[in-house]
Amino acid sequence: MQLTINGKTHQVDVPADMPLLWVLRDVIGLTGTKFGCGIAACGACTVQLEGQAIRSCITPASSVVGKQITTIEAIGESPAGKKIQDAWLALDVPQCGYCQSGQIMSASALLAKTPAPTDADIDTAMSGNICRCGTYSRIRAAIKQAAGAPAVAAKGA
Amino acid sequence: MSQTSPDGFSRRDFVVAMAAAGGGLLIGCRADGRRRIPGTTEEAAAADPAAFAPNAFVRVGRDGRVTVITGQVEMGQGVYTSMPMLVAEELEVPWDQVQVAHAPPDDKLYGNPLLGFQVTGSSSSVRAFYTPLRKAGATARAMLIAAAAQRWNVDPASCQAENGTVTHAGKKLSYGELADAAAKLPVPSDVKLKDPKDFKLIGTAAKRLDTPEKVNGTAKYSIDVRMPGLKIATLTSSPVVGGKVASVDDSKAKAIPGVRQIVKLDDLVAVVGDHMWAAKQGLAALVIHWDDGPNGKTSTEDVVKGLDAASRKPGVMVRKQTLPYGATATGIRKIEAVYQVPFLAHATMEPVNCTVHVRKDGCEVWTRSQVLSRVQAMAAKVTGFPPEKVVVHNHLLGGGFGRGLEIDSETKAVRIAKEVEGPVKVVYTREEDIQHDVYRPYYYDRFSAQLNAEGKPVAWNHRIVGPSILARWAPPAFKDGIDGDAVDGAAQLVYDIPTIQIEYVRHEEPVLNVGFWRGVGVTHNNFVIESFMDELALAAKQDPVAYRLALLDKSPRGKAVLETAAKAAGWGEKLPAGQGRGVSLMYSGWDTYLAQVFDVEVSNSGEVLVRRVVSAVDCGIMVNPDTVKAQIESGLVYGISAALWGEITLKNGRVEQSSFPNYRVLRMNEMPEIQVHLVKSGEAPGGIGEPSTAGTAAALANAVFAATGKRIRRLPIQKALATA
Repeated sequence: MQLTINGKTHQVDVPADMPLLWVLRDVIGLTGTKFGCGIAACGACTVQLEGQAIRSCITPASSVVGKQITTIEAIGESPAGKKIQDAWLALDVPQCGYCQSGQIMSASALLAKTPAPTDADIDTAMSGNICRCGTYSRIRAAIKQAAGAPAVAAKGA
Repeated sequence: MSQTSPDGFSRRDFVVAMAAAGGGLLIGCRADGRRRIPGTTEEAAAADPAAFAPNAFVRVGRDGRVTVITGQVEMGQGVYTSMPMLVAEELEVPWDQVQVAHAPPDDKLYGNPLLGFQVTGSSSSVRAFYTPLRKAGATARAMLIAAAAQRWNVDPASCQAENGTVTHAGKKLSYGELADAAAKLPVPSDVKLKDPKDFKLIGTAAKRLDTPEKVNGTAKYSIDVRMPGLKIATLTSSPVVGGKVASVDDSKAKAIPGVRQIVKLDDLVAVVGDHMWAAKQGLAALVIHWDDGPNGKTSTEDVVKGLDAASRKPGVMVRKQTLPYGATATGIRKIEAVYQVPFLAHATMEPVNCTVHVRKDGCEVWTRSQVLSRVQAMAAKVTGFPPEKVVVHNHLLGGGFGRGLEIDSETKAVRIAKEVEGPVKVVYTREEDIQHDVYRPYYYDRFSAQLNAEGKPVAWNHRIVGPSILARWAPPAFKDGIDGDAVDGAAQLVYDIPTIQIEYVRHEEPVLNVGFWRGVGVTHNNFVIESFMDELALAAKQDPVAYRLALLDKSPRGKAVLETAAKAAGWGEKLPAGQGRGVSLMYSGWDTYLAQVFDVEVSNSGEVLVRRVVSAVDCGIMVNPDTVKAQIESGLVYGISAALWGEITLKNGRVEQSSFPNYRVLRMNEMPEIQVHLVKSGEAPGGIGEPSTAGTAAALANAVFAATGKRIRRLPIQKALATA
């Protein structure tokens, strides 16, 4: 089947029901998208499908043929993704970093659709993404900073 | 490669430097946040030969770039920033010229001075390397200065190192220009370290070196390892500890496209495939019968019964004091309580994984370990190769929390790889990860205290019952029948009480493997001590903060953090119905003082929401206050998840939880407001990775008591409330 990932076409020979996550990681080699649970319960595998945040671990590859898939490797090319990544850098959001690809994909999708998200918007968009290091405060602050809100004192003593 | 280096450093150093450059992880960033290092460590090494290697920790390239090699592994806690900061401070090098590389396994060169070998744990990195890494930087600085002085034929004392250069009377040479000459000079045995008041970098919120890669998806974890011919395997181990495979029907698994091999070992079965999807499907299609062994009928309550029985006999005395205090140990009131904390899984975001290639002449391992040299020794033993034929690559850890202190998963991966032609990446499913962890032990604590007429405690008896992790993990550390970790945070009780008796009863329940979990002994001791302290304050009809403060005259640092947190939190204010405020004070072997005030709201249905946490911490000299702040936030979230919901239970010897839906963890919508107050201190650095996890359960449970009147003596809180 033919998949369009980050604007590039990939011809892959995989079972129709194979989740997109494993096609990305084990077949194509885009390892920025992470495996966390395999049942859409943690958000580590989040990618964007036509700009929507989806869990790639439960998305059959055959269901996304002909659609635009964006992963962490290319999200910086979108205006919202760039703003989110810059805010993440400015506030030193990540700790272990493993969940952050998924966090950034969810946050970028939120910001693209909702340029000035409220706390409730952030809760709704981000509660599917678990971070065991507990970077949630900084994630919230970084989303607000990316949205152009006044600088938040999350970083620094 | 020649035996000796033209640059004059020893062959051993050379080998280590090359091993680090070629075999380790090399990351770094520019001030503008772009990645500074090419894709592979080999490329980086080629582009930047280390011209000057004065010791195991510091490399200076001809381009002036400084590489700090550290055996302390990055699992989120920020050591890939704090360790280089220690070097850069003394070396006088701009932060944007610094990068970090992971050390190869080598206990002699990279052993943790506090713990005796190459290990990242026990919140020890800054405490252990505060002086050695500053010395390493100062040594390099002295040699670069000496090289410049020699070039100019002037007294080294008249030269100054600053900003990656050496200057003298208007003349200037960069470190890159001096690297080759410095490498030919003798290494000074004694160097002067800066007075902390002159620190320029230490104490600042320097940018993390690992952020850029973690933001753009290029950060490499061991689960991301790829190489030609790599197969992916996933496994299922005996669901009961001590169980064995009785029979396997793999006919259906073998028929699944992409499944290449079924590996059957005595206690596990692994499916090897072209990708994880094939392996996972193959695993699901296996029909395995297990011989459960002796633990096949065990439940959590059996464990509790064993602990309870053990708690009724005296233990080994950990601390006994009877002070002539003008007070007698016999109070007018006796208060008693029993506390329990459950087994807990780590649930790191990166599921446990390890890649291994067993060749004819050696073995290569790619992993995510907090004990790299142990992985090497284990792989040598399992494969039969000498250790020098075992190459181990470490990676960024997608969460550590103590999981990486065990080598059980690497051992399984090597055993599986021995049966496989070519490299194989063994990846646990989340279910396997939760059900075959090395768990935080179940602990059982008995208290009795005596209060005098004024309600002050005059006698404190604490009996700690639980297994000894150290007796297995570091036998020499298990001394005189006492596990220093199991009693950590209890033995150092800071309250001024005339009669104190603390006992430890070692009691093993070998139905689950138990080990270190962020905060370990202190996570249980702080919960039970600070909860019981609240019970005493209540019995004395006194305010919990005032009650503690009155017992802290001999602990000024403890008193200061408690006062700071209480004041900042508005302690004493009246809260609306359904809300409560609770406090805890923590001190332990990490030598850090932490006070926390939790505000909670308990809904009519009994659901607890943490609204706000105010923390005050005195961890001595801070290398990076922003990291300290991040670690307090991080530890709190980890601690809240555990205190509210965390519990691993057993039925028929099997772990009942399997993934995030039934091993609940805190999410964004449940995140409290967190305020962290850093108390300035000139004391020696204390640990910071674990204290706030340990200090969470008591403050949270005390807040729940304030809101509901229900005392939590057995975690997790939500379950205790539901069954109260």
